Amino acid sequence: MVAEIKPSTDPPLLETSASEPSFRARRGRRRRASREAAIFLAFALPNLALIAVFTYRPLLLNMYYSTLDWTLGAPTARPVGLSNYLDFFQSAEAGQVFLTTAVFTLATVFLSMALGLMVALALNRRVRGAGLARATVFSPFVLSGVGVGLAWQYIFDPTVGALGAILRSFGIASPQWFNNETLSLVMVVLVYVWKNLGYAAVIYLAGLQSISSDVLEAAAIDGASARRKFFSVVLPLLSPTTFFLLVTSTLNSLQAFDLIRVMTPLGRGTTTLIYDAYLRAFGGYNQAGYSAMLSTVLFGLLVILTLFQLVFLERRVHYR
Amino acid sequence: MTADSRPLSRRNLVAALVADYLPIMLAILIVVLPLAYLILSSFKSPADVITQKLIVLPDPWHPANYSEAARIVPFPRLFLNSTIVTVVGAGIKVLLAVFTAYALVFVRFPGRKYVFWAVLATLMVPPQVSVVPNFVFVSGMGGQDTYWGIILPGLATGFGTFLLRQSFLTLPAEVIDAAQVDGAGHWRRLWHMVVPMAAPSIATVALVNIVFEWNDYLWPLVIVSDPQMMTLPVGLTLLQNSENSAASYGIVMAGTVMVLLPVLVVFAALQRHIVTGLTQGSVKG
Repeated sequence: MVAEIKPSTDPPLLETSASEPSFRARRGRRRRASREAAIFLAFALPNLALIAVFTYRPLLLNMYYSTLDWTLGAPTARPVGLSNYLDFFQSAEAGQVFLTTAVFTLATVFLSMALGLMVALALNRRVRGAGLARATVFSPFVLSGVGVGLAWQYIFDPTVGALGAILRSFGIASPQWFNNETLSLVMVVLVYVWKNLGYAAVIYLAGLQSISSDVLEAAAIDGASARRKFFSVVLPLLSPTTFFLLVTSTLNSLQAFDLIRVMTPLGRGTTTLIYDAYLRAFGGYNQAGYSAMLSTVLFGLLVILTLFQLVFLERRVHYR
Repeated sequence: MTADSRPLSRRNLVAALVADYLPIMLAILIVVLPLAYLILSSFKSPADVITQKLIVLPDPWHPANYSEAARIVPFPRLFLNSTIVTVVGAGIKVLLAVFTAYALVFVRFPGRKYVFWAVLATLMVPPQVSVVPNFVFVSGMGGQDTYWGIILPGLATGFGTFLLRQSFLTLPAEVIDAAQVDGAGHWRRLWHMVVPMAAPSIATVALVNIVFEWNDYLWPLVIVSDPQMMTLPVGLTLLQNSENSAASYGIVMAGTVMVLLPVLVVFAALQRHIVTGLTQGSVKG
């Protein structure tokens, strides 16, 4: 950087010896450097301190809490070593929680990306109202998960809900969405996809619009069918977008909380890792140490996934 | 010449309409119908709610659901709480992000690369993971049922800092260096050059934070128990829990409309900026 030429506030140099000016210059440079460092800290420190206290400190503290038998709010806790981990991983519950988490995550990520791509393809035509349609499809993404969950809870209600009434008009009895564990999971997945597919659609739309029309014309001249063009040209060119969406959607799905809390407060059939962590600490179980263990496991999972995606998947992605 | 080969023949027009508009109409309906049904249902009388038939239009219209919802949960007060938490929280977050990003890009500091990585890595830590330790810490300082208790733990901002850093890096360095030669200190360069030049990105970060703070649920849920201090999403859960019979769906839907409508209105006005903000960083060059 050349940004170091500054009107100096030092007194003019006295020509006494050959070594003095360079000594002064060095001292001045060092003083400027330390002033820059002070400014850096003044600007960045508030945020860095908050990050340290409310992001990194809890992360480490969680690992400590995870070795305790402890009720939230209780003054004392009993150290139990790794037994929370052993209890969890040796129980049938662990398999169930991981299965629920995996099903919820895979289903929501796949469905919102597949449907998002279909919507993006529909919106990518030059038709009137495409901008309005884009905004409309995106809008559920900005809405409160609590509000969305309640609106859909009424629709799904087997007795008085709209969905049940529509099904009955075709002579089908409404499924018991809230009493059947599998159906509860299906319901929460559907609502989550409804809320989030606009995000995937908008990202895919941006990806589609960055594909140059030359490539598509060339494929058309070569006699490629629409189907062939999509699978052999468009989809490979979209792979950076697909990769980005895969990463962000997976991380988001693993953190899904609001809809699950509102639509299935007891978590029957919808107890994902993160919801289990909430229930154990705040849901009447009084197992804060166990909850911290689950949070730690979740964080470990996120780190592994992030590294896996960064190191392994990115290599296979076709970049322009 | 057959009828089909004329570009404006009825069959071609229908085909174009079906191919171009049908999928779009379908997507729009899937989004709009549930929201429209929500708003209409918020005006349903208990009799219209507990029927097994599908009733779309309320008969009679029953706006009393709104006053009833506000009687059970203090919605005006909750609206004020959510506004305070959102404005103060998002405002401070944007300021912190601007300062940090400026320092990372324009202030020479040997360790700034490591600082950047430390900030970036926070994107991997979801706030949910920190709930128990933060709850112990904040409630230990007396932060339960206070505004600062709701706002403080969420202020650390990795996302905003990251986005603004990327944006500041694209600013013309020569212009800012020239200002330095003219004797403008960091403070003046920040407010008179960087902030005006990066205003669109800063506005984007602000909008994203506003949406996030307004909808934030888990942390306010655990740190607040006094209904007077609840934010709107938490208050909505309170309404759900106290009105859990089928007959009171109308009241719950009225409360839901009061929470969702402000966001929908703001989104309608600023959708272009919000969409770009929430999807930024996705398209690689």
